[in-house]
Amino acid sequence: MSGEERVATPSGIEVPVVATRGMIGVADPGLPGAYPFTRGIFADGYRGRPWTIRQYSGFGSAEESNQRYRFLLEQGQTGLSVALDLPTQCGYDPDHPMARPEVGKVGVSLFSLSEMETLFAGIDLGAISTSFTINGTAAIIYAMYLAAADKQGVPRANLTGTIQNDILKEYVARGTWIFPVRPSMRLIADSVLYANEVTPRFNAISIAGAHVRDAGCTAVEEMAYTLANGLAYVDELIRRGGDVAKFARRLSFFFYVHMDLFEEACKFRAGRRLWAKLLRERFGVTDEKALHFRFGVVCGGSSLVAAQPYNNIVRVAIENLAAVLGGAQSIFTCAYDEAFQIPTEFSAEIALRTQQIVQHESGVAATVDPLGGSYYVEWLTDRMEGAMREVMGEIDAYGGVVKAIEDGWLQRRIAVRAKEKKDATDCGERVVVGQNRYRREAQADSYGEVFRLDPGTAARVLEKHSAVKRKRDAARAARALDALESAAAAEKENLMPLLVECCHAYATVGEMVERLKRCWGEFQEPVRL
Amino acid sequence: MSAVAAGPLAGKRILVAKPGLDGHDAGAKVIALALRDAGAEVIYTGLRKSPEFIVRVALDEDVAAVGLSILSGSHQELAQEVLGGLRAAGAGDIPVFVGGTIPPQDRAALVAAGVKGVFTNDTPLAQMIDELARALA
Repeated sequence: MSGEERVATPSGIEVPVVATRGMIGVADPGLPGAYPFTRGIFADGYRGRPWTIRQYSGFGSAEESNQRYRFLLEQGQTGLSVALDLPTQCGYDPDHPMARPEVGKVGVSLFSLSEMETLFAGIDLGAISTSFTINGTAAIIYAMYLAAADKQGVPRANLTGTIQNDILKEYVARGTWIFPVRPSMRLIADSVLYANEVTPRFNAISIAGAHVRDAGCTAVEEMAYTLANGLAYVDELIRRGGDVAKFARRLSFFFYVHMDLFEEACKFRAGRRLWAKLLRERFGVTDEKALHFRFGVVCGGSSLVAAQPYNNIVRVAIENLAAVLGGAQSIFTCAYDEAFQIPTEFSAEIALRTQQIVQHESGVAATVDPLGGSYYVEWLTDRMEGAMREVMGEIDAYGGVVKAIEDGWLQRRIAVRAKEKKDATDCGERVVVGQNRYRREAQADSYGEVFRLDPGTAARVLEKHSAVKRKRDAARAARALDALESAAAAEKENLMPLLVECCHAYATVGEMVERLKRCWGEFQEPVRL
Repeated sequence: MSAVAAGPLAGKRILVAKPGLDGHDAGAKVIALALRDAGAEVIYTGLRKSPEFIVRVALDEDVAAVGLSILSGSHQELAQEVLGGLRAAGAGDIPVFVGGTIPPQDRAALVAAGVKGVFTNDTPLAQMIDELARALA
């Protein structure tokens, strides 16, 4: 099917040739800054606060990433986003046999406080906001960030940033789970409730749809699964004694934006409205700030293509626009070479400039929700909200997300979707320019600069790891780890202060995780195809 | 998983494995479903398996081919370890394929190391099935 003939969005919503007044339920979508926030959470939109330009980066050792961060900050980036290597994400020290080939590969190795200190050397933690894409070990990395701030003399209350800390979607799509679902939920509740008290401006969770989306599901499903996960966290936080009107103010979200401009913009408008309604309907929340659906966005991912990769610059610009029209609070634009390698400094700069061009040249940020009131946009927003509710209803009918994940039901649904998407791409029904349409063979030189990790990185990280263990106060580290283990077994106590002490004592991520595994065991992946 | 009687890979038992710590399994699952549609009997390991484990499953299950799905950039090391393990066990004739995010400039090195074929997310499934069917004929 060609683009001209397409009659449905990628989520399968059939779209009209022309939208008219009679097609929308409510003629006036209301004002931004007012419930149910269809048009945005702030009355003045981006005038009051432009979105944060937050490029995801990090690789190799803490020293190498520190240099890249300083470069990005000098270039006008306004927040840092730390990519961690897989051993750190999965809770292995760099000397573990499973860790060896992955040290410093897809992110920086942060095996102990020593590395966090190096990572932020010369960067004032009180002056920047930092986002960590970390889940299985999120509570540990957050504790480490607090310890690093303590060392810099920055008051904890001044810290701003985000840890992803969304384990539910890890079981479904991203795969850096460690512990079984239920103790993992406890760890999340502990960190969120602790953060509310200690770092009131820090988002201790970013409930993410991005990864299920990239794994293959539709825009509607991305939002529906994410909101369902969000509700599960709200339930758990309440169970752990949290006050929803308070902690809901610090819940944040994170999504992918792919190529369908209007479906993506409307996904955010619908999701923002639906979340506010759900909190009000199910939990009686009335506090306006607690109803605010704040979200970050990443443009690119699986929508980027290895064939003719420079075309990805255009794709990312369109996606960037969709994110802004949807009212995102922070945006990360992928580099064009993301489809096949870690971005080079050259490609990373183009990605950054793309956002700056949208922000400063395009004029789209001047008026709040400029699409609001469009017949088509309001119609599509309504339709997507309805479709999201339907998907959430199916999860509820199954018995909720936790059960759906433990059984592998949700994982299977997403795998089937991924297969459908692949089939649609292979047969050309889903058009990918340069890949399955207008393809040119044998463009051998079209990939641009090649990113190469320093091959000596892993050895240097290993050396630092053994040095840290050699030099630290061994008795203090052992005491801290023992205290952590007994508190984890006891269920009641909030584990965060114990993790912070472990970090201060230079206990390693692998050591902390090992102690928690002793109490909780490991997640057993349901492999159902 | 029960085998389908017909298809270009009918009667072939194929191991789809996720070595290392990479948690992106959408591709591996799509491949597993496609192989099954093509008639193969598919064994999928699930996430985070060591090369030793993968070699052991390949031997124990007497598979016709091994597919490794790697999106973490560690394809060279992990593929080599699996190939080495199979050779050491006297099963160097089991063909190993690699799929995932593989930079174009890395493909030749994988093939030189003994990998039979490299597939990325833009490889049409039908093409992959064809190549496998030829290699396993």
